[in-house]
Amino acid sequence: MYNDYAALRAGLDTGRVSCRDIVGFYLNNINKGKHINAFLLVFSEEALKRADEVDQKLKAGTAGKLAGMVIAVKDVLSLKGYTLTCSSRILKNLEALYTATAIQRLLDEDAIIIGKTNCDEFAMGSSNENSAYGNVLNPLDNSRVPGGSSGGSAAAVAADMCMVSLGTDTGGSIRQPAAFCGISGLKPTYGRISRFGLTAFASSFDSIGPFAKNIHDAALVLEVMAGKDKNDSTSVDHRVESYSIGLNDFNLKGAKIGVISDLDESALQVEIKDTLNRTIEMLRSKGAQIVAVELPNLKYSIQAYYILTTAEASSNLARFDGARYGLRAKDSAVLEDMYVNSRTEGFGAEVKRRIMLGTYVLSHGYYDAYYRKAQKVRRLIKEDFQRVFKETDFILAPTTPTTAFKLGEKTNDPLAMYLNDIYTTSSNLSGNPAISIPAGEDSSGLPIGLQIIGKDFDETGILKLGNCIISNS
Amino acid sequence: MSVTIKDVEKIAKLAKLKFTEEEKIKLQGEMNEVLGYIDTINQIPGLEDVKPLENINDTENVFREDVSEKCLTKEEALKNAPEKTENFFKVPKVLDK
Repeated sequence: MYNDYAALRAGLDTGRVSCRDIVGFYLNNINKGKHINAFLLVFSEEALKRADEVDQKLKAGTAGKLAGMVIAVKDVLSLKGYTLTCSSRILKNLEALYTATAIQRLLDEDAIIIGKTNCDEFAMGSSNENSAYGNVLNPLDNSRVPGGSSGGSAAAVAADMCMVSLGTDTGGSIRQPAAFCGISGLKPTYGRISRFGLTAFASSFDSIGPFAKNIHDAALVLEVMAGKDKNDSTSVDHRVESYSIGLNDFNLKGAKIGVISDLDESALQVEIKDTLNRTIEMLRSKGAQIVAVELPNLKYSIQAYYILTTAEASSNLARFDGARYGLRAKDSAVLEDMYVNSRTEGFGAEVKRRIMLGTYVLSHGYYDAYYRKAQKVRRLIKEDFQRVFKETDFILAPTTPTTAFKLGEKTNDPLAMYLNDIYTTSSNLSGNPAISIPAGEDSSGLPIGLQIIGKDFDETGILKLGNCIISNS
Repeated sequence: MSVTIKDVEKIAKLAKLKFTEEEKIKLQGEMNEVLGYIDTINQIPGLEDVKPLENINDTENVFREDVSEKCLTKEEALKNAPEKTENFFKVPKVLDK
């Protein structure tokens, strides 16, 4: 109906359309697409009520910069007064007591939150098949996964159930589902957006970011959410740029774009490789300088990633013990049994697997062999990126080894599922910003995503280049 | 390094999780497969001389003035409690005697 928020806002400002109309449009699509299972909670009445309030503000000329933008948020983010399930049985009835900073900043600019989206339990997964509340289907092909862990958020944007959604990305959980659903998904630099109100999975990796059908909208919400927050001491006090301004004036002439010459392509689908090559040729023909770069430690990223994130997760998820909130198993004679029974009943298989792996790599005798070594590998990977970004402004790579796979295809093979993140985990290890943009289709018509990785805090650059590639393909 | 059933049981105890015999065997297999893959990091030359990366960005300790700020009220803190009594969380007895 509207291609981007700017077009919608023009309609709102001239009174051609109202926020109530817009919310009604999205609620109708959510209703029609119930089988997709993208939402765990829909704010039907509240969103309409808020639409009326924002309509009043628009009339009075006091509306914020996101007035009437309809946004869905992944259910690992707190919104005061509403359930926060993290797609887990253990938090089935938890009521959030405060609102995440990222969401609060959107609300302060008069965005309308339409609901909370399904995801993999505690954001652990690459297919959205680990939710205690059912799988999410890919809206483009219902026999396939939408990707994960932010599968519901990606599906909701792809199926026009909202204009923008928020996801979280610990090892690719925004970029991979964006690629599988044919939309854009941005993981900002670590620390760019406050994590306050985000349920921690792996605290030194977790990043909040937007999904959108176009780069302008992603840039606009980033601009609103970014910046230091006193409630998250790892949020960085770095200047917030006006990401949404001047996105179209990007000069490819002279831009240095790195292509990884030692990338592991053993499992890369041929059509994705072709799309990458075509895009490189297009960029070269328009004057970009293509630079071959080497990242020799990239091949160890999945290994380091799974050691460090499971270790952090095992520690972060220790808080779910049935004592103060969440599920408590019935009939436990003593306290210890209550802990064990509540956790055993409350967590799903993948979460338990990761807690076990994490506990193992942190346990006596294995800490140095695994955890410490993985921290060293993390440094090597970060140094690889730092060196490469002296030679180039960007790195262009595939987002995923394949397009969206079938439901159930990888559920019995955890390692195969983990390897789906082979191209995305490195920028969570290094902290660099990265975006996945839609860049083509395979022979079955499934979307192909390409990934642009940027220098620390150069969200402006990757958004501009992403916008440029999309408008030239 | 290979994970035994005994290791699975020991780790489960540390992680406060319980598994059936069947689940333990499955977990043992999966953990060994993933750890086998992870072991390839031992091929990296000179890793012993690399300094572990503990902080991903350059932020140093972040301090604030030591003054109290608004926080959750007792009612809010107890709102999601599975069991409570007056102003306390209620849990089963600690010792079984």
